[in-house]
Amino acid sequence: MFNQLILSIDADTIDWSRAQFALTAIYHWLFVPLTLGLAVIMGIMETCYYRTKDQFWKDTAIFWQKLFGINFAMGVATGIILEFEFGTNWSNYSWFVGDIFGAPLAVEGIVAFFMESTFVAVMFFGWKKVSPGFHLASTWLTGLGATISAWWILVANAWMQYPVGCEFNPDTMRNEMVSFAEVALSPFAVSKFCHTVTSAWIIGGIFCVGVCCWYLMKKRDTKMAIESMKIGAMVGLVASVLAAATGHKSAQDVAAVQPMKLAAMEALYDGGNDIGLKIVEGIEVPYALSFMATNDFHGYVPGVNDILNGYTTSDGKVEPSVDEKIERGKKAITALAAYRAAKYESSDDGSIAAAHLKVLQDNMQYFGYGYIKDKNDVVPPIAVNFWAFRVMVGVGCLFIAFFALILAMLYRWPKFLFGKRDITALPAWHYWIAILLIPLGYIASESGWLVAEFGRQPWTIQDMLPTWAAVSDLQSSSVIITFFLFLILFSTMLAVEINIMLKQIKKGPQL
Amino acid sequence: MNKRGFLYRTFDLYYEGFKSMRLGRTLWAIILIKLFIIFAVLKVFFFPDFLKTHAGDDKAGYVATELVDRATE
Repeated sequence: MFNQLILSIDADTIDWSRAQFALTAIYHWLFVPLTLGLAVIMGIMETCYYRTKDQFWKDTAIFWQKLFGINFAMGVATGIILEFEFGTNWSNYSWFVGDIFGAPLAVEGIVAFFMESTFVAVMFFGWKKVSPGFHLASTWLTGLGATISAWWILVANAWMQYPVGCEFNPDTMRNEMVSFAEVALSPFAVSKFCHTVTSAWIIGGIFCVGVCCWYLMKKRDTKMAIESMKIGAMVGLVASVLAAATGHKSAQDVAAVQPMKLAAMEALYDGGNDIGLKIVEGIEVPYALSFMATNDFHGYVPGVNDILNGYTTSDGKVEPSVDEKIERGKKAITALAAYRAAKYESSDDGSIAAAHLKVLQDNMQYFGYGYIKDKNDVVPPIAVNFWAFRVMVGVGCLFIAFFALILAMLYRWPKFLFGKRDITALPAWHYWIAILLIPLGYIASESGWLVAEFGRQPWTIQDMLPTWAAVSDLQSSSVIITFFLFLILFSTMLAVEINIMLKQIKKGPQL
Repeated sequence: MNKRGFLYRTFDLYYEGFKSMRLGRTLWAIILIKLFIIFAVLKVFFFPDFLKTHAGDDKAGYVATELVDRATE
């Protein structure tokens, strides 16, 4: 794919930089969902304590807060490394989008992180120091701080997928924010936030249920396990249903602004009307993709080839072919170079520069296409997108059924099915299924991000900047070294966290 | 000293909290080691500010040249 590039960039630099960013992001995302998910669960448990004044609930809440704390501590600063990579490996990108990216990340650091770190101290240290009401508020505000952090990070990521609220300044070579509200409240960001956070609550639920099943299997701390499982399963079920609903909305947003990503997710090469939804190749639900993408069973959904060759959308808008976009992109880049040259030309009275600026602005929408040599370069990896999407949705559906089953067994309803089943007296393999669903939940969660980020390829910013224009002119050897450094560091830290977490679970609650 | 004052109570919260930590000490040790590795080793030796070292004062000009040249056939 990169053979046709005529530049000094080592093609390996691009791929290793992408791999390094993916490794760091995947590792960071191992900790964030459990933080967000357990925050809800421990908040509910402490609320039970506040309402009942029952010491059982206080001890239970403290136990889950300990597990939250372990995960929180291990996850701290793992996201910072991503920002280092922006500055070193993706310097063109960083400069190009710094005005936009910087704002949400700054707000995240100043508001959300300080909120989280302030109240987490009260949550851990304040049981005997503050009133029960203030302590409860601190527990919920810790989770809220983490959630607000997620908002701002997802605003930044959403902007990469759907750049809005900005204008390119050819003098500063930066996209400058013209509307903070448009960036912060982009409908793409709102959908992404709702879906990402609800998926994180699923992780909290599945972790809680899995750990509780371990206690039931060991026949210890049964009361804590049962009561915690009720909360974990309820959170998990509500979250799973919400994740499905918000995922549907997110997919509709993708259909509107990233049609190539949707085509890749569905391995849809030739689109049309009345398009079915593939479960796997050869099995599909008739009309379902048309309905999901357009709310119309007969709606038009473009395939990969339609997007490459040009098509007309359902509302009559003509989407040019990729070849046409490439021409316009080249015009934009040529106009940019000419504009900057004219600006420095003392003989120009400004009229020549203004003419080039007009051409640039007229074609800026397709700026990134000026870097595309072969139109097939704009097709993301279809197999990865197709299967990652199915893993995510399949496991998500499985979790709806699983949490519903757990609740049915806990509450022994309906009686004719579950009336005589004792959840504390099941064969061990039953509990092992629940325990093994914990890593499956993480796999589904990471698969969602694979869809989001692989589906965006080759763009670092959709339609504006492909990876090979965004990457720094580095030697690939330096990127390879840090990639393997991270691999060793992350593997070590993950092993340490799992070890500490397992020790604490084995120790159990201090009831 | 006013032991009921906000500042004293805040100090006391953190002081007593850190003093009574058990698991927390291990976690804090991990956090501090991790922060040291990230900021004092990785950032300093492996993640320099690329534009600062390569572009000098004219970052816009450098990025413009990079972005134009990468589109050149």
